[in-house]
Amino acid sequence: MSATDSPVSLPPPDTAERSPWGEVLHSLSRSGTFLTGLGIVVFWIVCALFGQHFVPYDPLASDIINALTPPAADHWFGTDQLGRDVFSRVIIGSRDILTVAPLATILATIAGTALGLVIGYFRGIVDDIVSRVLEAFMAIPVVIIALLAIVALGTSKITVIVVIGLSFAPIIARTVRSAVLAERELDYVAAAKLRHEGALHTMFVEILPNVIPPILVETTVRLGYAIFAVATLSFMGFGIQPPSPDWGLSISSNYGMIGGGFWWTVLFDALAIASLVIGVNLVADGVHGAFND
Amino acid sequence: MVFLGGQVLPGNVGRAILGPFADQRAVDALNHSLGVDRPLLVQYGSWIWNFLHGDMGTSYVFRAPVAPFVVDALGNSMKLALVAFVLVVPIGILGGVIAALNVNRPLDRIISLGGLSVTVLPEFVTGIILILIFGVWLRWLPIAAAWPKGAGILTQIYYLILPSLPLFLVLFGYIARMARSGMIEALDSDYTRTAVLKGLRWRTVIWRHVLRNALLPTITVIATQTGYLIGGLVVIETLFRYQGIGSLIFTAARGKDFPMLEAGILTIGIVYAVATLIADFLYSVLNPRIRLGAEQ
Repeated sequence: MSATDSPVSLPPPDTAERSPWGEVLHSLSRSGTFLTGLGIVVFWIVCALFGQHFVPYDPLASDIINALTPPAADHWFGTDQLGRDVFSRVIIGSRDILTVAPLATILATIAGTALGLVIGYFRGIVDDIVSRVLEAFMAIPVVIIALLAIVALGTSKITVIVVIGLSFAPIIARTVRSAVLAERELDYVAAAKLRHEGALHTMFVEILPNVIPPILVETTVRLGYAIFAVATLSFMGFGIQPPSPDWGLSISSNYGMIGGGFWWTVLFDALAIASLVIGVNLVADGVHGAFND
Repeated sequence: MVFLGGQVLPGNVGRAILGPFADQRAVDALNHSLGVDRPLLVQYGSWIWNFLHGDMGTSYVFRAPVAPFVVDALGNSMKLALVAFVLVVPIGILGGVIAALNVNRPLDRIISLGGLSVTVLPEFVTGIILILIFGVWLRWLPIAAAWPKGAGILTQIYYLILPSLPLFLVLFGYIARMARSGMIEALDSDYTRTAVLKGLRWRTVIWRHVLRNALLPTITVIATQTGYLIGGLVVIETLFRYQGIGSLIFTAARGKDFPMLEAGILTIGIVYAVATLIADFLYSVLNPRIRLGAEQ
């Protein structure tokens, strides 16, 4: 304790009357981690939504004569093997991944929450069986599950969303389950049962609002992994398909020439993925911190 | 489960191999010779039976037994994984220990935050950036993991350093974080205080008392990362054109070579189970509180 820490110099407590959610928002707005992450994510969302209005070239227009030109004034990030402007492609390339990954995460959250509520609420044999199946499922790497499913079902955005959504659902279900296990012993659940509320009402109207914080945290974390998974699958050729300027896809079609020194065809896409993934993880970190303070 | 995914969902195997323009009679003949027109249960039974006898089936694409391909590929992958592990385990633990001894100082921040950020990046992204830095700009390391035929062990390791680096980075974050929190907990404990008050030298306390207790959870993490490592291998081996089990699965998936795909994935499952078993065993050897089969 230093001398300056005397009670007089303490700032007035600024948490006097705020709702729990106001508290969370307040702590988020003061978290540097969260704001930095949010800035990066918002930047890419703006690129995805309005990018076509400010990119200098059509991201799909090829110009063979000017193929593989290094970065210069007229092509900031150079051009790829078909002469397409890399800068425009990186900006517009945010579009597909920012649709597919969030949709997959939403699907995972809805399916996982419903499943977690049911097994956490009923427990017993339902819980035992479903939990074992989920554990077996989670032991297989997502890339392998996705590979198998996509080979079997064919490549389309819908398949990618469903595959990633369903392979993440067990993880969310596990989180929700453990939150529900703590909640179901509390008095308000007992009160609902005494009022003869149905199981569905108790689960979704009484318990669900109280387990929202862990679900929110888990969802933001999963969004980071969903972006990871979509990018990886696109790179492997099982995700977003040509001619989309998607980042993972661009890297996979250009990295073969990396030995020739054409670094600009892959570097900016790689940095774009890196920044988006780190941005989402910073947001997740901030949300986690705000709910656990 | 693997069998169902591979065999039932894709529909007509003969059609998939011969393409949409092949004659229907040719498709039927191929289906018959591959045995995929038999009832499903019969196929499944004979598949399991043969696998247990070391016969993994015949590749649709190469028209040759699958087993030699899988064994070769597994060997190659093990080499790559081994290089990554030999690099990451000591360095990761060292990083975590250094961070723990400097809690909340800049060095700790750098190690913890740096480790965390490289952990969340997809392997192919870190892979591409590393290829650019070490392979294209500095020209220190070869960019493809294809060594000349008959190369010695040192040359092979030299070719494997760059491919193992992305795996290294992902694992480094996990291992360092576990080692760090284990160390912090051990440093806070009563037995550490006792050891210090006993007048032991600080170095002795760290080596004899803190490290041993701090490393236990780390070993568990290392073992659970085997599952991740296998997923990572699929990506890394594709990126570096390395003939391992990951690229075998990838190629088989693209070519709809289902016996190859199933054998590859089942092999991975076995490797995973064995790794988990070894981890349990190691844990019990190192932790005097858990001794297998000696409860009484």
